[in-house]
Amino acid sequence: MATTAPTTSSTALADLVPRLREICGEDGVLTDLSRRRVYESDGLTYHRATPGVVVLPTTTGQVAAVVSLCAEHGVPYVPRGAGTGLSAGALPHAEGVLLVTSRMRRIVEIDLENECAVVEPGVVNLDITRAVAPHGYYYAPDPSSQQVCSVGGNVAENSGGAHCLKYGFTAGHVRGLEIVTPSGEVVELGGKATGAHGYDLIGAFIGSEGTLGVATRITVSLTRSPERTVTLLSAFTSMDAGGEAVGAIIAAGVLPSAIEMMDALAIEAAEAAVACDYPAGAAAVLVVELDGPASEVDTQVERVVALCARSGAFETRTADGPEERALIWKGRKSAFAAVGRISPAYIVQDGVVPRTALGEVLGRIAALSAESGIRVANVFHAGDGNLHPLVLFDDSEPGAGERAEEVSGAILDLCVEHGGSITGEHGVGVDKACKMPRMFGEADLETFELFRRALNPAGIANPGKLLPTPRLCGERPGVRTGVHPLVESGEAEQF
Amino acid sequence: MDDPDVKDVALREGTDEDAMCGVVPARVARPENVGALADLLAAARESGLTVAARGGGTAMDWGTAPRSLDLLVDTSGLSWIDHNAGDLVVEVGAGTPVADLERVLAEAGQRLSYDPVRSGGTVGGALATGLSGPGRLLAGALRDLVIGMTVVRADGVVARSGGRVVKNVAGYDLAKLHTGGYGTLGIIVSATFRLHPRPPAVRLVSAPAPSPEAVERAAAALRASTVVPSAVESIHPLAGPPRLYVLLEGTEEGTTERADVTARALGGTGVEVAEATPPGWGLVPDEGCLIRVLAPPAELPGLVHDLVAAADRLGGRVGATASLPAGTLYLYTAPGASAEAVSSLLERARSGSGRSATLLRAEPHVRDADVDVWGEVPGLALMRAIKDSLDPDHRLSPGRFAGGI
Ligand SMILES: Cc1cc2nc3c(=O)[nH]c(=O)nc-3n(C[C@H](O)[C@H](O)[C@H](O)COP(=O)(O)OP(=O)(O)OC[C@H]3O[C@@H](n4cnc5c(N)ncnc54)[C@H](O)[C@@H]3O)c2cc1C
Ligand SMILES: Cc1cc2nc3c(=O)[nH]c(=O)nc-3n(C[C@H](O)[C@H](O)[C@H](O)COP(=O)(O)OP(=O)(O)OC[C@H]3O[C@@H](n4cnc5c(N)ncnc54)[C@H](O)[C@@H]3O)c2cc1C
Repeated sequence: MATTAPTTSSTALADLVPRLREICGEDGVLTDLSRRRVYESDGLTYHRATPGVVVLPTTTGQVAAVVSLCAEHGVPYVPRGAGTGLSAGALPHAEGVLLVTSRMRRIVEIDLENECAVVEPGVVNLDITRAVAPHGYYYAPDPSSQQVCSVGGNVAENSGGAHCLKYGFTAGHVRGLEIVTPSGEVVELGGKATGAHGYDLIGAFIGSEGTLGVATRITVSLTRSPERTVTLLSAFTSMDAGGEAVGAIIAAGVLPSAIEMMDALAIEAAEAAVACDYPAGAAAVLVVELDGPASEVDTQVERVVALCARSGAFETRTADGPEERALIWKGRKSAFAAVGRISPAYIVQDGVVPRTALGEVLGRIAALSAESGIRVANVFHAGDGNLHPLVLFDDSEPGAGERAEEVSGAILDLCVEHGGSITGEHGVGVDKACKMPRMFGEADLETFELFRRALNPAGIANPGKLLPTPRLCGERPGVRTGVHPLVESGEAEQF
Repeated sequence: MDDPDVKDVALREGTDEDAMCGVVPARVARPENVGALADLLAAARESGLTVAARGGGTAMDWGTAPRSLDLLVDTSGLSWIDHNAGDLVVEVGAGTPVADLERVLAEAGQRLSYDPVRSGGTVGGALATGLSGPGRLLAGALRDLVIGMTVVRADGVVARSGGRVVKNVAGYDLAKLHTGGYGTLGIIVSATFRLHPRPPAVRLVSAPAPSPEAVERAAAALRASTVVPSAVESIHPLAGPPRLYVLLEGTEEGTTERADVTARALGGTGVEVAEATPPGWGLVPDEGCLIRVLAPPAELPGLVHDLVAAADRLGGRVGATASLPAGTLYLYTAPGASAEAVSSLLERARSGSGRSATLLRAEPHVRDADVDVWGEVPGLALMRAIKDSLDPDHRLSPGRFAGGI
């Protein structure tokens, strides 16, 4: 197990506590075991460690002072936002400081003339959209955890959502960053204009998983809400036919905001859970969303309907009102949780293949499943080839977990073999650090390390994440048992 | 100096034609493939040679002069295009002319949503200078389109970051550092880009821009609309009155309707709608000094007018093109503008919070006059640390970049 016994014995840390209290105040430092335990894992609950001490700063100045103190004493620290990460990127350090941004939750400025907002890192993703929606704007990156996850976490993971096919990831929507470097300095990068001069430090910081510093203030672009949004549901008698339709849509030069696909097992699970009323007998469904100026969308809808029909769709429904659209999304959005009902346990994998290799890779996954007797449900972002296979198993059956992990790992190998990636959105964290050598060579990894050392020379910023370390790489990948607690409580969707 | 003797590398003496900001390289080498380039850089490391790359040579007079240049690497041997149309992805050798790439992509109905500008430049040069024209709005700037990159480090090691798929968050996105890095962190070997389909139709709607207020009004009306422009560009040519241009891309029917809405938003008289972008759209002249200014988008209309008027008073005409939503403005002087005039324009552009300006290209008499080319660059200490880590001996284009990097 990846559990680390709680230690309170670290003297370096104990010496630090009074000074941390001076910086963050009495209520801004948690030392009680029971309160520290609340933070023992992020969204990947398999990896656990009780943080040595937890700090809850409220200002950039406090973050900088905490980090400076850590730097001075060589104590590691781990940034944490909402803790929804799925790669154990926010896994605490038992002898370190966990720096939680949950009290830095102010939307500092909404600037409609410049179409941007300035926020603190703990601001919840969806709160930006909520604040600007009355003005006809929204914040485009929409990870399905957006009701809970923090903008700081999104920056650290370069998160995207179903609509990143058209609108891109967090990186495309950040204009300015204030960061606290691992030596405790405050640096302001960019601002309200895009494309600052010099090396693109903002671009390199985004996706760095907390290993290069803490983002303490973020200037994000706001996007005009589209005039028209139409959602289509198309049903096919085979995955191949569905895949062909995806290819045809892309080849026709249409760029939907989302193209999602579900296979028979996922449809069956969704049907059982939420009675989404998808067309009976479908072996595959596509959910396609088109948005933009009404005059463009209407033409595109016609084309997509025709292309789906030509690829063998036996039924296509279109919806343009918010309720009707929600009905189509219901099955897709419920899929992960629904699978939790038809299987006692499952692993969610996150890998990417070139879109044109989807058919081949799905075939290989089916073969893997057949050989091993492990069921795999496929629910994924088809437009960009980002697979989220759900590998189902019964955790009460001896050896089943191990076999499921083998299948899950083999799927990642398939992704790499086909020129893809070991992660499209969940990040590397601790969970996939040991898989980095499958995708990158020795020289590539060494170059990443040179870059990390340049900005994090003492190695105290989120150690053990993102790059493989010998200590780590004997451990097993994470297994998720049952439905994610956030999904169960209705706080987040996962799809 | 010792000549590096490497297989598959043609070597010759440098001439005035090869100069980088006036610095003539001792040798010019042309490696035929990636392996030869890696060997060449490893040999250069052994001999302690300073090295810079050259693609098309169209921007050799940009930035600041290198402190030393022993070896200029001609990248024209690193030219290939591996286009995967079905995945809307292309991998390109750094020495490939941008024009060749555009042609290959166009044949498949695709493009690198990066405004095609001057011919003669290479993919590596475009990346190393890292600029984009007006069309950055919808698809993003050039650096947003890079999904993978291979680079040869100062020590000759070949390293890759990113990948060949659009969605990928494994590892650091090092391509972001090389894009706009003037070759100071490594020599770019190849890059993989995400592509976009070519739109079946475009409309370029334009209107006179007599005053900053008029431009501000039009910009506000556009923001309030849902026409989704691909570019909103305020252009002040060297000669002639300024105009505001709005580029729309999409279907025939769609762009026609959107052009009507846009024309109403621009209002007033003199609105024109064209069905294509004119030749030279997005281009800035390739002579004179060139300044790049960043400012909060809402301040741009006022700033452009202010700078153009200031230049008039200083006795030198300037032209300008401003990408309004991006907050980016290019200012160019007619050849022969005095160093004082350029310097004072830079200063003026830099005054005000959230603003910055760099002198991208200086004429020799301006370069020699000790004008502050880069201005204040936030994060310079971090950039130095990165430079020290990836090129510890400072042999790659030393001094070519901000802060003497
Ligand atoms: C149900 C569910 C659905 C999800 N769906 C999606 C999805 O659709 N797309 C997607 O991309 N992800 C998804 N995720 C993953 C996760 O929500 C994202 O990675 C999110 O961006 C993490 O934000 P967080 O605030 O929870 O970060 P945390 O989990 O707290 O931290 C994540 C990483 O960011 C670092 N970090 C946090 N804050 C900062 C900061 N201020 N500065 C520097 N580093 C920081 C941490 O050290 C850690 O490495 C999902 C997760 C769940 C549980
Ligand atoms: C507003 C604006 C928009 C522009 N838009 C475009 C555009 O859309 N398309 C376009 O092609 N050009 C565009 N340009 C021009 C462009 O910025 C450069 O002139 C051109 O890209 C330089 O290419 P080159 O091959 O001639 O570079 P060179 O002049 O050969 O080199 C320029 C610099 O890049 C370095 N360099 C060159 N190759 C490499 C390499 N492989 N690795 C590391 N460093 C290298 C050199 O050392 C030198 O410092 C634009 C310019 C402006 C001002």
